[in-house]
Amino acid sequence: MAALRVLVGVKRVIDFAVKVRVAPGGAVQTQGVKHSLNPFCEIALEEAVRLREAGTASEVIAASLGTKACQETLRTALAMGADRAVLAELAEGAPAGPREVATALAGLVKKLQPQLVLLGKQAIDDDCNQTGQLLAAMLDWPQGTFASRVQLESGGVLVEREVDGGLETLRLRLPAVLTADLRLNEPRYATLPNIMKAKKKPLEVLPAADLGVPAGPPRLKVLQVQEPPPRAGGEKVESVESLLGKLRHAGRI
Amino acid sequence: MDTGMEITMASKLRRHIPAHLAPWRVSPCAFRSSKSELKPNVASDGLACAPLQTFTEEEAMLKDMVTKFAQERVAPFVQKMDENAKMEESIVQGLFEQGLMSIELGEEYGGTGASFFSIILAVEELAKVDPAVALVCELQNTLTNKLFTTYGTEEQKRTYLPRVSKDTLGSFCLSEAGSGSDAFSLKTRAEKKGDYYIINGSKMWISLAEDAGVFFVMANTDPSLGYRGITCFVVDRNTEGLQVGKKEDKLGIRACSTCPVTLDNVKVPESSILGQVGQGYKYAIGMLNTGRIGIAAQMLGLAQGCFDRTVPYTKERVQFGKSVFDFQGMQHQIAQVATQLEAARLLTYNAARLAEAGRPAIKEASMAKYFTAEVATLTTSKCIEWMGGVGFTKNFPIEKYYRDCKIGTIYEGTSNIQLSTIAKFLAQEY
Repeated sequence: MAALRVLVGVKRVIDFAVKVRVAPGGAVQTQGVKHSLNPFCEIALEEAVRLREAGTASEVIAASLGTKACQETLRTALAMGADRAVLAELAEGAPAGPREVATALAGLVKKLQPQLVLLGKQAIDDDCNQTGQLLAAMLDWPQGTFASRVQLESGGVLVEREVDGGLETLRLRLPAVLTADLRLNEPRYATLPNIMKAKKKPLEVLPAADLGVPAGPPRLKVLQVQEPPPRAGGEKVESVESLLGKLRHAGRI
Repeated sequence: MDTGMEITMASKLRRHIPAHLAPWRVSPCAFRSSKSELKPNVASDGLACAPLQTFTEEEAMLKDMVTKFAQERVAPFVQKMDENAKMEESIVQGLFEQGLMSIELGEEYGGTGASFFSIILAVEELAKVDPAVALVCELQNTLTNKLFTTYGTEEQKRTYLPRVSKDTLGSFCLSEAGSGSDAFSLKTRAEKKGDYYIINGSKMWISLAEDAGVFFVMANTDPSLGYRGITCFVVDRNTEGLQVGKKEDKLGIRACSTCPVTLDNVKVPESSILGQVGQGYKYAIGMLNTGRIGIAAQMLGLAQGCFDRTVPYTKERVQFGKSVFDFQGMQHQIAQVATQLEAARLLTYNAARLAEAGRPAIKEASMAKYFTAEVATLTTSKCIEWMGGVGFTKNFPIEKYYRDCKIGTIYEGTSNIQLSTIAKFLAQEY
């Protein structure tokens, strides 16, 4: 089987451990807040690196759409094992929703000619779960989303998907777009030697407009952001009957 | 009156008045100190004037990696290791695998050539979860590796550095039953016999001795020279006559072994001497200076980890209709401790950056070690109070931090020794 090139999309998001707050302007507070690699993108990257280590893939390219700050996320991707990275750079405040990301990735696919694109199923900041699907449609490629197992075969890929009813296995022809779900793998820590090596790996920055990403207007408009209502106290009951009674009374069942 | 006369009169007077009694406006130069910050601005050094908590990209990535490692691979074992006073094998292996035991070593020896500051960050992050594990990382990096790279011959470096970066722990044997702070009065004797030495003596309070593969034994080759006879010998664990005794049953950092080590007619070749004969005392002092910054980082992480686990509890716990954190008395206490923690952090980071830049940092290192140990003691003590009854039980991790912090004021130079060191520098400056 000829070794293939894998493109992995990574997104810079607010770290999962951070307590998210709404800034006075009505948007999520991002200034001075710790950011990191989206966990699902990490899983996608880990899968790609494992494919390269097994000899199935020849090259892993990490790509991101965003401002200059995304370079640190791409360096983490390099430290985890990607061979090189590409940043499609946007101006501060420019729209970077799923449609824009899919456009950028489609542009990169035309440029870099990978046979496989691996993405996280969704980002933990917007939970859109759209980029992979949009990209597959733009490229007219088959898609295997919510992947919990990926097995490459000659000219194709066997994907086990986690769906509501259980597990679904699909056989897709390459090239294809896959999105990673939680149980696909457990990402490695970047070892210190790899962190030091990451500096030497190539990181290319090109303007997002070169890939056809529109500068505006945004396709999604945020109308309102608010913090969830403060948690009201709970109540302890003595028996199952009393629990059912209270739930019925509250109109919950 | 003639101003020239006035000045001459005044200068005559000045000569007879001791500086501390002269009025301020008369002799502005009397109180100038020779401290380094009064020298012209440091921009010429090429250093940016960034806040101390500025890290390079690699340092930031390393910090993230160690945080993850500590939370996923160390945290589950902390309580068990403390109860059984036994370090978990997989954690030490993990430290080696992640490259955390050879941070500053060059790539040719199996290291990664990262900065000294990276060591401080790694130790701090590990200490937030378990100060005992942080100690293992700290000793290997600031003591074992540094001793070899600074004083080892090419042959010794080629023999030992690949081992200590891959799987071998080093252990530094200086203290004895009769010599702690007064380290140079050590009694372990090394007698020269042709091209080898016979070492006899008994070391005590030796960290990591239980699992170490290589020992740095400080012995005196010529007691008539006093401390100028102290020599550093590199002794492999399986050398005949070297016996590691039963480990101490300690109050804190129990997972990290502390044992007596006896040397009974241990025969070592002349080539096992590290550096020069009779220079051991210098090496000990030199290493302990950077070691101090490492211990400061350990105490810092300890205090921060304890604090991080206490404050959320105070916000959750409700008494008299509001959270414990919302009482002003509590807020003031918590803010005070947080301020001291920040000060301790900046002292430590600055000492580390000074050492990294190759600038004199002995006074700053002593200040950092002394202050962070004190802050750790204060923080952990207060945290138990803020937690209330649960802080006093072993079900919660807070009491472990309280027990662990005490060693900070004792080892690698007691607080009193640190203060004496600082005073010595101050005496020279003024």
